[in-house]
Amino acid sequence: MTRFNAWNVFKNGLIGQTDWDRQWRDPEPKKEYDVIIVGGGLHGLATAYYLAKNHNIKNIAVVEKGWIGGGNAGRNTTIIRSNYMMPGNHQFYEHSLKLWENLSHELNYNVMFSQRAHISLFHSPAARDAAARRYNIMNLNGTEAELWNLGQLKKNIPHLNYEDARFPIIGAAVQRRAGNARHDSVAWGYARAGDELGVDILQNCEVTGVKRNKGRIEHLETSRGLIKAKKVGFAVAGNTSRLWEMAELGNLPIETHKLQAFVTESIKPLLDQVVVYGVGGAHFYISQTDKGSMVFGGDLDWYKSYAQRGNLPIVQDSAEAAMAILPCLGRIRLIRHWAGVMDMTMDGSFFICKTPIENLYLNAGWNYGGFKASPASGWYFADLIATELPHKYIQHHNLERFEKGINLDERGAGPDPKLHG
Amino acid sequence: MIRIKCPYCGERDHSEFTYGGDASIQYPSLDGTEKEWVEAIFFRKNIFGKQLETWHHANGCRMWLEVERSTTTHEIYSVKPCHPEMKKVLEKKDPNDL
Ligand SMILES: Cc1cc2nc3c(=O)[nH]c(=O)nc-3n(C[C@H](O)[C@H](O)[C@H](O)COP(=O)(O)OP(=O)(O)OC[C@H]3O[C@@H](n4cnc5c(N)ncnc54)[C@H](O)[C@@H]3O)c2cc1C
Ligand SMILES: [Zn+2]
Repeated sequence: MTRFNAWNVFKNGLIGQTDWDRQWRDPEPKKEYDVIIVGGGLHGLATAYYLAKNHNIKNIAVVEKGWIGGGNAGRNTTIIRSNYMMPGNHQFYEHSLKLWENLSHELNYNVMFSQRAHISLFHSPAARDAAARRYNIMNLNGTEAELWNLGQLKKNIPHLNYEDARFPIIGAAVQRRAGNARHDSVAWGYARAGDELGVDILQNCEVTGVKRNKGRIEHLETSRGLIKAKKVGFAVAGNTSRLWEMAELGNLPIETHKLQAFVTESIKPLLDQVVVYGVGGAHFYISQTDKGSMVFGGDLDWYKSYAQRGNLPIVQDSAEAAMAILPCLGRIRLIRHWAGVMDMTMDGSFFICKTPIENLYLNAGWNYGGFKASPASGWYFADLIATELPHKYIQHHNLERFEKGINLDERGAGPDPKLHG
Repeated sequence: MIRIKCPYCGERDHSEFTYGGDASIQYPSLDGTEKEWVEAIFFRKNIFGKQLETWHHANGCRMWLEVERSTTTHEIYSVKPCHPEMKKVLEKKDPNDL
């Protein structure tokens, strides 16, 4: 595989980009694999890579029903942060952020990780106190966090509505190491690096049945034939319940909801940070891409859905939320919007765990926040599959936490998946 | 926009309603086992296809409705009041005549 480096970029610039290799192979499925990961999103691809890299397992396949990165991987608003508070979540997301910081080098692929800071606005003294509590806990746990007053905020982000916002902006909680990355690059980077270590990436390969022999999975039925597996990992985000049903495992603490994202035409540099706010039930986040488009999103569509298609009321809500803090966007045109199917859980936290089937492992329940989690998710899921022992950071991220009463509910929103934004 | 035919108000945009969720959940009796309660509160079938769910006509008659809808196409198959007794009462000419 041709490595990406300055010399190869320069050389190919001279010869019309004719000396690059394929980024990953397009192999025929083998009869059997040591590990099959179902789902070619970021979590599946990262898992395969770390299984090969950290655990030296060679005979791995990622099976993807469409094309890799065609699910939520390629539909999200790419915000990366680690401002979590609950034990386990905090260490996990902080480790993920550390992996992001070196990911382009690790994969020899530019994932365009940009630590431009995550600015979470607050609009009332009570909200400031709540943010102060959370960000103090982060500081105590070793994740640098700051509170900005109005003066600092105005200096850094001059265009926000400081004049007559319906909910006046009074300051912000800031994580400087947070930011964005290019989502497609992350999928392609993990795919290419995994492929180089021998991972078979099988696209257009939909799992349609899970053949069980009592407590074990024997093989998967796929649109490209039967494939045997010693171990199977599910990483299919919004489709988890469907695979769970194929494996005859009953119900899950997950509901599938859709979340939309919006992108505008390109404009000159306007916003250097990721800006977020939530007030009066509304929820909004915005950043500017390297191409100049404003990318933003808001709430779920509020009703359960497997359709990757957004509905109109949220278009209006999100546009209103944008206007509330950035009225200078009033004349910009929206050019696209789309939706992804989210695996929303009963407490807003994820699952990386074993299952009632001996050789089946589950990676799911990423809510709105699985993009930032991708590197650590792959890391700890691979660790679980290879060692069979849940690492201490994820020891409670299992399906039993509800019956034990140790829910990991960062927001305190209770058992209603749509409320865990 | 999804349009929901409210049995009290007629066909309205879904933005007038709030979503309740799964209407097929059967809560166990108060002295049911812990396992039954965990299952009812935390575990879902998360149906791909036609499902029964509740919607509240929050910006209308404020009645709870039971709606049969597809989670893949959003098509609505049926809408009925959650509390049929309530409907009977409302349809009485003289509400005091119970
Ligand atoms: C609009 C939107 C905005 C978001 N914004 C953010 C954000 O700013 N920050 C953040 O951290 N997170 C965000 N997220 C969440 C994040 O994108 C997801 O949590 C994450 O991508 C999920 O993991 P994944 O990439 O592995 O999922 P996916 O990319 O959805 O991967 C799952 C794959 O499984 C495949 N699959 C499904 N069924 C089968 C089958 N039967 N056989 C084979 N393959 C199958 C699918 O085709 C899909 O490719 C956002 C999500 C959306 C939709
Ligand atoms: Zn009504």
